[in-house]
Amino acid sequence: MTKEEVKSVLMEIVAEIIPDEDLTNLKGDIPIREQVELDSMDFLDIIMELRKRYGIEVPEDDYIHLATVDSSVAYLEPRMRDL
Amino acid sequence: MMAKKPNEARIVITGVGLTAPNGNNLAEFRESLLAGKSGIQKFNVRYMGEVLAGVCHFDPLKYQKKKELRLGTRAGSVAIYCAQEAIANAKLDLACLDKSRIGVYVGITEHGNVDTEKQIYEIKQFDYDTTFVSHHYNPRIVANNPAGEVTLNMGITGPHYTLGAACAGGNIGLIQGLQMLLLGEVDLALAGGVSETIHAFGAFASFRSEGALASHADPEKACRPFDKNRNGVVVSEGGCIYLVERLSDALKRGAKIYGEVVGYAVNSDAFDFVLPNAQRQAECMKLALNKAGISAGDIDIINTHATGTREGDAAECQAIREVFGNHINVYINNTKSYIGHTMGAAAALELAGNLPSFEDHIVHPTINVDQLDPECSFENLVINKPIKVDKVDYILNNSFGMLGINSVVIIKRFEE
Repeated sequence: MTKEEVKSVLMEIVAEIIPDEDLTNLKGDIPIREQVELDSMDFLDIIMELRKRYGIEVPEDDYIHLATVDSSVAYLEPRMRDL
Repeated sequence: MMAKKPNEARIVITGVGLTAPNGNNLAEFRESLLAGKSGIQKFNVRYMGEVLAGVCHFDPLKYQKKKELRLGTRAGSVAIYCAQEAIANAKLDLACLDKSRIGVYVGITEHGNVDTEKQIYEIKQFDYDTTFVSHHYNPRIVANNPAGEVTLNMGITGPHYTLGAACAGGNIGLIQGLQMLLLGEVDLALAGGVSETIHAFGAFASFRSEGALASHADPEKACRPFDKNRNGVVVSEGGCIYLVERLSDALKRGAKIYGEVVGYAVNSDAFDFVLPNAQRQAECMKLALNKAGISAGDIDIINTHATGTREGDAAECQAIREVFGNHINVYINNTKSYIGHTMGAAAALELAGNLPSFEDHIVHPTINVDQLDPECSFENLVINKPIKVDKVDYILNNSFGMLGINSVVIIKRFEE
Protein backbone atom coordinates (compact mmCIF):
# COMPACT_ATOMS: atom_id res chain seq x y z
CA MET A 1 0.00 0.00 0.00
CA THR A 2 1.14 3.55 -0.67
CA LYS A 3 1.08 6.23 2.01
CA GLU A 4 -2.09 7.63 0.45
CA GLU A 5 -3.77 4.22 0.50
CA VAL A 6 -2.76 3.68 4.14
CA LYS A 7 -4.25 7.06 5.03
CA SER A 8 -7.40 6.20 3.12
CA VAL A 9 -8.00 2.89 4.93
CA LEU A 10 -7.18 4.50 8.27
CA MET A 11 -9.72 7.23 7.66
CA GLU A 12 -12.26 4.64 6.54
CA ILE A 13 -11.82 2.78 9.84
CA VAL A 14 -11.99 5.97 11.91
CA ALA A 15 -15.17 7.02 10.09
CA GLU A 16 -16.80 3.70 10.97
CA ILE A 17 -15.70 3.92 14.61
CA ILE A 18 -17.00 7.46 15.13
CA PRO A 19 -19.76 7.74 12.51
CA ASP A 20 -21.31 10.91 13.94
CA GLU A 21 -18.12 12.96 13.58
CA ASP A 22 -17.27 15.16 10.61
CA LEU A 23 -13.75 14.19 9.55
CA THR A 24 -13.42 16.44 6.52
CA ASN A 25 -11.30 19.06 8.29
CA LEU A 26 -9.27 16.69 10.43
CA LYS A 27 -5.72 18.02 10.64
CA GLY A 28 -2.95 15.48 10.16
CA ASP A 29 -0.52 16.88 12.69
CA ILE A 30 -2.87 17.39 15.65
CA PRO A 31 -3.89 14.45 17.88
CA ILE A 32 -7.15 12.96 16.60
CA ARG A 33 -8.61 12.92 20.11
CA GLU A 34 -8.17 16.68 20.38
CA GLN A 35 -10.23 17.25 17.25
CA VAL A 36 -13.08 14.76 17.49
CA GLU A 37 -14.82 12.70 20.15
CA LEU A 38 -12.78 9.51 20.25
CA ASP A 39 -12.41 7.71 23.58
CA SER A 40 -10.08 4.94 24.68
CA MET A 41 -12.60 2.22 23.71
CA ASP A 42 -12.84 3.75 20.22
CA PHE A 43 -9.08 3.74 20.00
CA LEU A 44 -9.07 0.03 20.84
CA ASP A 45 -11.59 -0.44 18.03
CA ILE A 46 -9.09 1.06 15.58
CA ILE A 47 -6.39 -1.32 16.81
CA MET A 48 -8.83 -4.26 16.51
CA GLU A 49 -9.89 -3.31 13.00
CA LEU A 50 -6.25 -3.06 11.84
CA ARG A 51 -5.71 -6.58 13.19
CA LYS A 52 -8.89 -7.98 11.68
CA ARG A 53 -8.57 -6.41 8.26
CA TYR A 54 -4.80 -6.36 7.71
CA GLY A 55 -3.32 -8.65 10.35
CA ILE A 56 -1.35 -5.76 11.83
CA GLU A 57 -0.44 -6.09 15.49
CA VAL A 58 0.12 -2.80 17.27
CA PRO A 59 1.74 -3.42 20.66
CA GLU A 60 0.52 -1.27 23.53
CA ASP A 61 3.87 0.51 23.77
CA ASP A 62 3.37 1.72 20.19
CA TYR A 63 -0.12 3.17 20.71
CA ILE A 64 1.50 6.58 21.06
CA HIS A 65 2.42 6.44 17.36
CA LEU A 66 -1.24 6.42 16.44
CA ALA A 67 -2.01 9.78 18.06
CA THR A 68 -2.25 11.83 14.86
CA VAL A 69 -3.19 10.89 11.31
CA ASP A 70 0.30 11.73 10.05
CA SER A 71 2.10 9.74 12.76
CA SER A 72 -0.29 6.83 12.21
CA VAL A 73 0.46 6.76 8.50
CA ALA A 74 4.20 6.98 9.18
CA TYR A 75 3.93 4.08 11.64
CA LEU A 76 1.64 1.91 9.53
CA GLU A 77 3.09 2.43 6.07
CA PRO A 78 6.16 0.19 6.54
CA ARG A 79 3.90 -2.48 8.02
CA MET A 80 1.36 -2.24 5.19
CA ARG A 81 3.75 -1.65 2.31
CA ASP A 82 3.52 -5.22 1.07
CA LEU A 83 -0.26 -5.60 1.43
CA MET B 1 -65.35 -3.83 48.26
CA MET B 2 -61.96 -2.56 49.31
CA ALA B 3 -61.47 0.78 51.02
CA LYS B 4 -60.42 3.47 48.56
CA LYS B 5 -56.68 3.98 48.56
CA PRO B 6 -55.14 7.44 48.91
CA ASN B 7 -53.96 8.88 45.60
CA GLU B 8 -50.32 8.48 46.70
CA ALA B 9 -50.89 4.72 46.82
CA ARG B 10 -52.59 4.47 43.43
CA ILE B 11 -50.35 3.84 40.44
CA VAL B 12 -51.38 4.94 36.97
CA ILE B 13 -50.05 4.65 33.44
CA THR B 14 -49.53 8.08 31.91
CA GLY B 15 -47.26 7.32 28.96
CA VAL B 16 -46.84 4.52 26.45
CA GLY B 17 -43.83 3.97 24.21
CA LEU B 18 -43.75 0.93 22.00
CA THR B 19 -42.49 -0.74 18.91
CA ALA B 20 -44.25 -3.78 17.52
CA PRO B 21 -43.88 -5.65 14.24
CA ASN B 22 -47.04 -3.88 13.10
CA GLY B 23 -46.70 -0.41 14.58
CA ASN B 24 -44.23 1.99 16.17
CA ASN B 25 -46.57 3.83 18.52
CA LEU B 26 -49.81 3.06 20.30
CA ALA B 27 -52.06 4.63 17.65
CA GLU B 28 -50.43 2.68 14.80
CA PHE B 29 -50.42 -0.54 16.81
CA ARG B 30 -54.08 -0.20 17.75
CA GLU B 31 -55.03 0.58 14.15
CA SER B 32 -53.25 -2.58 13.01
CA LEU B 33 -54.98 -4.69 15.65
CA LEU B 34 -58.41 -3.42 14.66
CA ALA B 35 -57.63 -3.86 10.96
CA GLY B 36 -56.36 -7.42 11.45
CA LYS B 37 -52.93 -6.42 10.15
CA SER B 38 -50.20 -8.94 10.95
CA GLY B 39 -46.54 -8.07 11.39
CA ILE B 40 -45.05 -11.48 10.64
CA GLN B 41 -42.62 -11.81 7.76
CA LYS B 42 -39.87 -13.99 6.34
CA PHE B 43 -36.55 -13.28 8.03
CA ASN B 44 -33.04 -14.61 7.59
CA VAL B 45 -31.28 -15.93 10.65
CA ARG B 46 -27.64 -17.05 10.74
CA TYR B 47 -27.25 -20.84 10.44
CA MET B 48 -31.02 -21.29 10.01
CA GLY B 49 -31.73 -19.46 6.79
CA GLU B 50 -35.24 -18.19 6.25
CA VAL B 51 -37.57 -18.33 9.24
CA LEU B 52 -40.79 -16.54 10.15
CA ALA B 53 -40.47 -13.69 12.62
CA GLY B 54 -41.96 -10.44 13.80
CA VAL B 55 -39.53 -7.64 12.94
CA CYS B 56 -39.79 -4.06 14.20
CA HIS B 57 -39.19 -1.19 11.80
CA PHE B 58 -38.79 1.80 14.12
CA ASP B 59 -36.13 4.41 13.39
CA PRO B 60 -33.39 3.93 16.00
CA LEU B 61 -31.72 7.18 14.94
CA LYS B 62 -34.72 9.09 16.25
CA TYR B 63 -33.15 8.95 19.72
CA GLN B 64 -29.67 7.49 19.29
CA LYS B 65 -26.47 8.59 17.62
CA LYS B 66 -24.86 6.24 15.12
CA LYS B 67 -22.05 5.56 17.56
CA GLU B 68 -24.52 4.56 20.29
CA LEU B 69 -26.01 2.08 17.85
CA ARG B 70 -22.57 0.69 17.06
CA LEU B 71 -21.72 0.23 20.73
CA GLY B 72 -25.05 -0.90 22.09
CA THR B 73 -27.35 -3.87 21.71
CA ARG B 74 -30.58 -4.20 19.79
CA ALA B 75 -32.38 -4.72 23.11
CA GLY B 76 -30.85 -1.49 24.36
CA SER B 77 -31.93 0.31 21.22
CA VAL B 78 -35.50 -1.00 21.48
CA ALA B 79 -35.59 0.00 25.16
CA ILE B 80 -34.27 3.50 24.42
CA TYR B 81 -36.80 4.06 21.65
CA CYS B 82 -39.69 2.91 23.87
CA ALA B 83 -38.54 4.84 26.95
CA GLN B 84 -38.07 8.07 25.01
CA GLU B 85 -41.46 7.60 23.33
CA ALA B 86 -43.09 6.98 26.72
CA ILE B 87 -41.69 10.25 28.09
CA ALA B 88 -42.83 12.11 24.98
CA ASN B 89 -46.23 10.42 25.07
CA ALA B 90 -46.61 11.44 28.73
CA LYS B 91 -45.91 15.03 27.60
CA LEU B 92 -42.97 15.27 29.97
CA ASP B 93 -39.82 17.24 29.22
CA LEU B 94 -36.85 15.13 30.23
CA ALA B 95 -34.69 18.23 30.68
CA CYS B 96 -37.03 19.51 33.39
CA LEU B 97 -37.22 16.27 35.40
CA ASP B 98 -35.21 15.23 38.45
CA LYS B 99 -33.44 12.33 36.78
CA SER B 100 -32.27 10.90 40.08
CA ARG B 101 -35.93 10.14 40.89
CA ILE B 102 -36.64 8.15 37.73
CA GLY B 103 -36.31 4.36 37.78
CA VAL B 104 -35.96 2.10 34.76
CA TYR B 105 -37.37 -1.44 34.99
CA VAL B 106 -37.12 -3.51 31.84
CA GLY B 107 -38.30 -7.10 31.63
CA ILE B 108 -36.50 -9.53 29.35
CA THR B 109 -36.74 -13.17 28.41
CA GLU B 110 -33.00 -13.54 27.99
CA HIS B 111 -30.04 -11.32 27.29
CA GLY B 112 -26.55 -11.73 25.93
CA ASN B 113 -27.00 -14.59 23.54
CA VAL B 114 -27.29 -12.31 20.50
CA ASP B 115 -23.85 -10.81 21.09
CA THR B 116 -22.34 -14.09 22.29
CA GLU B 117 -23.42 -15.76 19.08
CA LYS B 118 -22.06 -12.83 17.08
CA GLN B 119 -18.68 -12.94 18.83
CA ILE B 120 -18.33 -16.67 18.25
CA TYR B 121 -19.19 -16.14 14.59
CA GLU B 122 -16.59 -13.34 14.38
CA ILE B 123 -13.75 -15.31 15.99
CA LYS B 124 -14.59 -18.29 13.81
CA GLN B 125 -13.22 -16.18 10.92
CA PHE B 126 -9.88 -16.14 12.83
CA ASP B 127 -9.77 -19.83 13.69
CA TYR B 128 -11.37 -19.19 17.09
CA ASP B 129 -8.55 -16.91 18.24
CA THR B 130 -10.15 -15.42 21.35
CA THR B 131 -7.96 -12.31 21.19
CA PHE B 132 -10.39 -11.14 18.51
CA VAL B 133 -13.25 -10.96 21.01
CA SER B 134 -14.46 -7.36 21.13
CA HIS B 135 -13.72 -5.20 24.17
CA HIS B 136 -17.38 -4.13 23.86
CA TYR B 137 -18.60 -7.66 24.50
CA ASN B 138 -18.89 -7.47 28.31
CA PRO B 139 -20.95 -4.26 28.51
CA ARG B 140 -23.22 -5.64 25.81
CA ILE B 141 -23.99 -8.91 27.53
CA VAL B 142 -24.31 -7.90 31.18
CA ALA B 143 -27.83 -8.61 32.32
CA ASN B 144 -28.60 -4.97 33.12
CA ASN B 145 -27.70 -3.87 29.57
CA PRO B 146 -31.13 -2.89 28.14
CA ALA B 147 -32.18 -0.80 31.16
CA GLY B 148 -28.64 0.52 31.57
CA GLU B 149 -28.54 1.74 27.98
CA VAL B 150 -31.74 3.70 28.67
CA THR B 151 -30.06 5.49 31.57
CA LEU B 152 -26.97 6.28 29.47
CA ASN B 153 -29.05 7.64 26.62
CA MET B 154 -31.40 9.69 28.79
CA GLY B 155 -29.06 10.74 31.57
CA ILE B 156 -31.21 9.02 34.19
CA THR B 157 -29.34 8.56 37.47
CA GLY B 158 -32.04 6.69 39.42
CA PRO B 159 -32.02 2.89 39.73
CA HIS B 160 -32.14 0.62 36.71
CA TYR B 161 -32.97 -3.07 36.70
CA THR B 162 -33.30 -5.48 33.85
CA LEU B 163 -35.54 -8.24 35.09
CA GLY B 164 -35.17 -11.73 33.70
CA ALA B 165 -38.55 -13.40 33.75
CA ALA B 166 -38.76 -15.46 30.56
CA CYS B 167 -41.86 -14.54 28.61
CA ALA B 168 -43.52 -12.92 31.62
CA GLY B 169 -40.87 -10.17 31.55
CA GLY B 170 -43.11 -7.33 30.41
CA ASN B 171 -45.55 -7.76 33.28
CA ILE B 172 -42.70 -8.19 35.75
CA GLY B 173 -41.10 -4.92 34.61
CA LEU B 174 -44.39 -3.09 35.10
CA ILE B 175 -44.96 -4.68 38.53
CA GLN B 176 -41.42 -3.77 39.62
CA GLY B 177 -41.97 -0.17 38.58
CA LEU B 178 -45.24 -0.05 40.51
CA GLN B 179 -43.62 -1.47 43.63
CA MET B 180 -40.75 1.00 43.53
CA LEU B 181 -43.25 3.86 43.25
CA LEU B 182 -45.21 2.50 46.20
CA LEU B 183 -42.01 2.21 48.23
CA GLY B 184 -41.23 5.83 47.45
CA GLU B 185 -37.91 4.87 45.89
CA VAL B 186 -38.67 6.80 42.68
CA ASP B 187 -41.20 9.37 41.46
CA LEU B 188 -41.44 8.17 37.86
CA ALA B 189 -40.92 4.68 36.56
CA LEU B 190 -40.15 3.62 33.02
CA ALA B 191 -41.38 0.06 33.17
CA GLY B 192 -42.14 -2.69 30.69
CA GLY B 193 -40.22 -5.16 28.56
CA VAL B 194 -38.15 -5.63 25.43
CA SER B 195 -36.87 -8.38 23.17
CA GLU B 196 -34.04 -8.76 20.69
CA THR B 197 -34.44 -12.54 20.48
CA ILE B 198 -34.82 -12.77 16.70
CA HIS B 199 -31.22 -11.63 16.18
CA ALA B 200 -29.79 -14.95 17.36
CA PHE B 201 -30.51 -18.38 16.01
CA GLY B 202 -30.82 -19.98 19.44
CA ALA B 203 -34.49 -19.42 20.22
CA PHE B 204 -35.61 -20.47 16.74
CA ALA B 205 -33.45 -23.59 16.76
CA SER B 206 -34.46 -24.59 20.26
CA PHE B 207 -38.19 -24.14 19.56
CA ARG B 208 -37.73 -26.17 16.39
CA SER B 209 -35.97 -28.96 18.31
CA GLU B 210 -38.84 -28.88 20.75
CA GLY B 211 -41.32 -29.24 17.87
CA ALA B 212 -42.75 -25.85 18.79
CA LEU B 213 -41.60 -23.48 16.02
CA ALA B 214 -44.58 -22.32 13.96
CA SER B 215 -44.64 -22.81 10.22
CA HIS B 216 -47.14 -21.84 7.53
CA ALA B 217 -46.95 -21.10 3.80
CA ASP B 218 -48.37 -17.66 4.54
CA PRO B 219 -46.21 -15.90 7.19
CA GLU B 220 -49.18 -13.82 8.35
CA LYS B 221 -51.12 -16.99 9.21
CA ALA B 222 -48.28 -18.66 11.09
CA CYS B 223 -49.22 -17.53 14.58
CA ARG B 224 -52.63 -18.98 15.27
CA PRO B 225 -53.44 -19.48 18.95
CA PHE B 226 -56.61 -21.51 19.61
CA ASP B 227 -56.74 -22.85 16.04
CA LYS B 228 -56.95 -26.63 15.79
CA ASN B 229 -53.96 -26.68 13.44
CA ARG B 230 -51.69 -24.35 15.40
CA ASN B 231 -48.14 -25.62 15.32
CA GLY B 232 -46.03 -23.43 17.54
CA VAL B 233 -44.45 -20.11 18.35
CA VAL B 234 -43.46 -17.29 15.97
CA VAL B 235 -40.46 -15.58 17.56
CA SER B 236 -40.58 -11.78 17.38
CA GLU B 237 -38.83 -8.69 18.60
CA GLY B 238 -40.55 -5.75 20.19
CA GLY B 239 -40.70 -3.42 23.12
CA CYS B 240 -43.13 -1.54 25.29
CA ILE B 241 -42.24 0.76 28.14
CA TYR B 242 -44.81 2.60 30.22
CA LEU B 243 -44.39 5.80 32.12
CA VAL B 244 -46.02 5.04 35.46
CA GLU B 245 -46.43 7.33 38.41
CA ARG B 246 -48.47 7.92 41.54
CA LEU B 247 -51.96 9.19 40.86
CA SER B 248 -51.35 12.19 43.12
CA ASP B 249 -48.47 13.29 40.87
CA ALA B 250 -50.35 12.56 37.66
CA LEU B 251 -53.33 14.64 38.76
CA LYS B 252 -51.08 17.48 39.85
CA ARG B 253 -49.67 17.82 36.36
CA GLY B 254 -52.95 17.13 34.56
CA ALA B 255 -51.63 14.01 32.85
CA LYS B 256 -53.66 11.86 30.49
CA ILE B 257 -54.27 8.61 32.35
CA TYR B 258 -54.42 5.42 30.28
CA GLY B 259 -55.42 3.24 33.20
CA GLU B 260 -54.74 2.34 36.81
CA VAL B 261 -52.77 -0.74 37.79
CA VAL B 262 -55.10 -2.18 40.41
CA GLY B 263 -54.08 -5.82 40.57
CA TYR B 264 -51.09 -7.98 39.95
CA ALA B 265 -49.64 -11.32 40.93
CA VAL B 266 -46.61 -13.47 40.23
CA ASN B 267 -46.27 -17.12 41.22
CA SER B 268 -44.30 -20.20 40.26
CA ASP B 269 -45.45 -23.56 38.93
CA ALA B 270 -42.67 -25.52 40.69
CA PHE B 271 -43.54 -28.17 38.13
CA ASP B 272 -41.52 -28.29 34.90
CA PHE B 273 -38.88 -26.42 32.88
CA VAL B 274 -41.20 -25.90 29.91
CA LEU B 275 -44.65 -27.40 30.41
CA PRO B 276 -47.38 -25.07 31.68
CA ASN B 277 -49.45 -25.71 34.78
CA ALA B 278 -53.09 -24.68 34.54
CA GLN B 279 -53.67 -24.90 38.27
CA ARG B 280 -50.90 -22.42 39.11
CA GLN B 281 -51.98 -20.12 36.29
CA ALA B 282 -55.52 -20.10 37.72
CA GLU B 283 -54.13 -19.39 41.18
CA CYS B 284 -52.15 -16.48 39.77
CA MET B 285 -55.27 -14.97 38.19
CA LYS B 286 -57.16 -15.37 41.47
CA LEU B 287 -54.32 -13.72 43.41
CA ALA B 288 -54.42 -10.75 41.06
CA LEU B 289 -58.22 -10.47 41.36
CA ASN B 290 -57.91 -10.55 45.15
CA LYS B 291 -55.25 -7.87 45.05
CA ALA B 292 -57.56 -5.71 42.94
CA GLY B 293 -60.46 -6.41 45.33
CA ILE B 294 -62.73 -7.50 42.50
CA SER B 295 -64.33 -10.73 41.35
CA ALA B 296 -63.85 -12.62 38.09
CA GLY B 297 -67.11 -11.24 36.71
CA ASP B 298 -65.79 -7.68 36.94
CA ILE B 299 -63.17 -8.32 34.25
CA ASP B 300 -64.19 -7.21 30.74
CA ILE B 301 -61.22 -8.37 28.65
CA ILE B 302 -58.68 -11.11 29.18
CA ASN B 303 -55.62 -10.72 26.98
CA THR B 304 -54.40 -14.30 26.86
CA HIS B 305 -50.78 -15.34 26.89
CA ALA B 306 -51.47 -18.15 24.39
CA THR B 307 -48.50 -18.51 22.04
CA GLY B 308 -49.90 -21.00 19.54
CA THR B 309 -48.49 -24.17 21.07
CA ARG B 310 -50.72 -27.18 21.53
CA GLU B 311 -50.18 -27.65 25.24
CA GLY B 312 -49.72 -24.03 26.26
CA ASP B 313 -52.95 -22.73 24.75
CA ALA B 314 -54.98 -25.62 26.14
CA ALA B 315 -53.56 -25.19 29.64
CA GLU B 316 -54.34 -21.47 29.71
CA CYS B 317 -57.90 -22.14 28.52
CA GLN B 318 -58.32 -24.67 31.29
CA ALA B 319 -57.05 -22.11 33.82
CA ILE B 320 -59.39 -19.41 32.48
CA ARG B 321 -62.33 -21.81 32.65
CA GLU B 322 -61.56 -22.52 36.27
CA VAL B 323 -61.49 -18.84 37.21
CA PHE B 324 -64.03 -17.37 34.77
CA GLY B 325 -66.16 -20.40 33.91
CA ASN B 326 -69.52 -18.86 34.65
CA HIS B 327 -68.89 -15.34 33.44
CA ILE B 328 -69.88 -15.07 29.81
CA ASN B 329 -69.52 -11.28 29.93
CA VAL B 330 -65.73 -11.64 30.06
CA TYR B 331 -64.30 -11.29 26.55
CA ILE B 332 -61.17 -13.18 25.66
CA ASN B 333 -58.67 -12.20 23.00
CA ASN B 334 -55.07 -12.72 21.96
CA THR B 335 -52.51 -10.32 20.51
CA LYS B 336 -49.70 -12.71 19.56
CA SER B 337 -51.75 -13.85 16.57
CA TYR B 338 -50.78 -10.52 14.92
CA ILE B 339 -47.24 -9.95 16.14
CA GLY B 340 -45.96 -13.36 17.20
CA HIS B 341 -44.30 -13.87 20.53
CA THR B 342 -42.35 -10.75 21.41
CA MET B 343 -40.88 -12.60 24.37
CA GLY B 344 -39.74 -10.16 27.09
CA ALA B 345 -41.87 -7.44 25.54
CA ALA B 346 -44.97 -9.58 25.08
CA ALA B 347 -46.86 -8.83 28.28
CA ALA B 348 -46.34 -5.08 28.16
CA LEU B 349 -46.95 -4.79 24.42
CA GLU B 350 -50.09 -6.91 24.41
CA LEU B 351 -51.52 -4.98 27.32
CA ALA B 352 -50.85 -1.73 25.44
CA GLY B 353 -52.80 -3.02 22.45
CA ASN B 354 -55.84 -3.41 24.69
CA LEU B 355 -55.63 -0.14 26.64
CA PRO B 356 -57.53 1.91 24.03
CA SER B 357 -60.55 -0.35 24.68
CA PHE B 358 -61.27 1.73 27.76
CA GLU B 359 -62.12 4.59 25.42
CA ASP B 360 -63.32 3.04 22.16
CA HIS B 361 -65.12 0.04 23.75
CA ILE B 362 -63.82 -2.21 20.99
CA VAL B 363 -62.22 -5.58 21.74
CA HIS B 364 -59.68 -6.62 19.15
CA PRO B 365 -59.94 -10.27 18.18
CA THR B 366 -57.49 -13.11 17.97
CA ILE B 367 -56.86 -13.62 14.25
CA ASN B 368 -55.99 -16.67 12.17
CA VAL B 369 -58.57 -18.95 13.74
CA ASP B 370 -59.85 -21.03 10.82
CA GLN B 371 -60.88 -24.05 12.82
CA LEU B 372 -61.40 -23.36 16.49
CA ASP B 373 -59.91 -26.07 18.70
CA PRO B 374 -62.74 -27.37 20.88
CA GLU B 375 -60.27 -27.44 23.78
CA CYS B 376 -59.92 -23.67 23.40
CA SER B 377 -63.54 -22.85 22.75
CA PHE B 378 -65.21 -20.10 24.75
CA GLU B 379 -68.53 -18.51 24.00
CA ASN B 380 -66.92 -15.11 24.46
CA LEU B 381 -63.65 -15.69 22.61
CA VAL B 382 -63.33 -12.81 20.17
CA ILE B 383 -62.35 -14.41 16.88
CA ASN B 384 -61.18 -12.79 13.66
CA LYS B 385 -63.39 -9.68 13.92
CA PRO B 386 -63.35 -6.90 16.50
CA ILE B 387 -66.49 -6.48 18.55
CA LYS B 388 -68.06 -3.42 20.10
CA VAL B 389 -69.04 -3.78 23.74
CA ASP B 390 -71.05 -1.64 26.13
CA LYS B 391 -68.24 -0.97 28.56
CA VAL B 392 -64.65 -1.84 29.38
CA ASP B 393 -63.71 -1.21 32.98
CA TYR B 394 -61.11 -3.89 33.69
CA ILE B 395 -58.48 -5.61 31.52
CA LEU B 396 -56.65 -8.69 32.79
CA ASN B 397 -53.31 -9.45 31.16
CA ASN B 398 -51.86 -12.96 31.40
CA SER B 399 -48.22 -13.69 30.74
CA PHE B 400 -46.42 -16.91 31.54
CA GLY B 401 -42.87 -18.11 31.00
CA MET B 402 -40.47 -21.01 31.11
CA LEU B 403 -39.40 -22.47 34.44
CA GLY B 404 -43.00 -21.92 35.46
CA ILE B 405 -43.20 -18.18 36.07
CA ASN B 406 -46.76 -16.86 35.89
CA SER B 407 -47.75 -13.21 35.96
CA VAL B 408 -51.05 -11.39 35.83
CA VAL B 409 -51.72 -7.65 35.74
CA ILE B 410 -55.14 -6.02 36.02
CA ILE B 411 -55.71 -2.50 34.72
CA LYS B 412 -58.78 -0.47 35.56
CA ARG B 413 -60.31 2.29 33.46
CA PHE B 414 -59.37 5.46 35.28
CA GLU B 415 -61.94 7.17 37.42
CA GLU B 416 -61.19 9.43 40.34
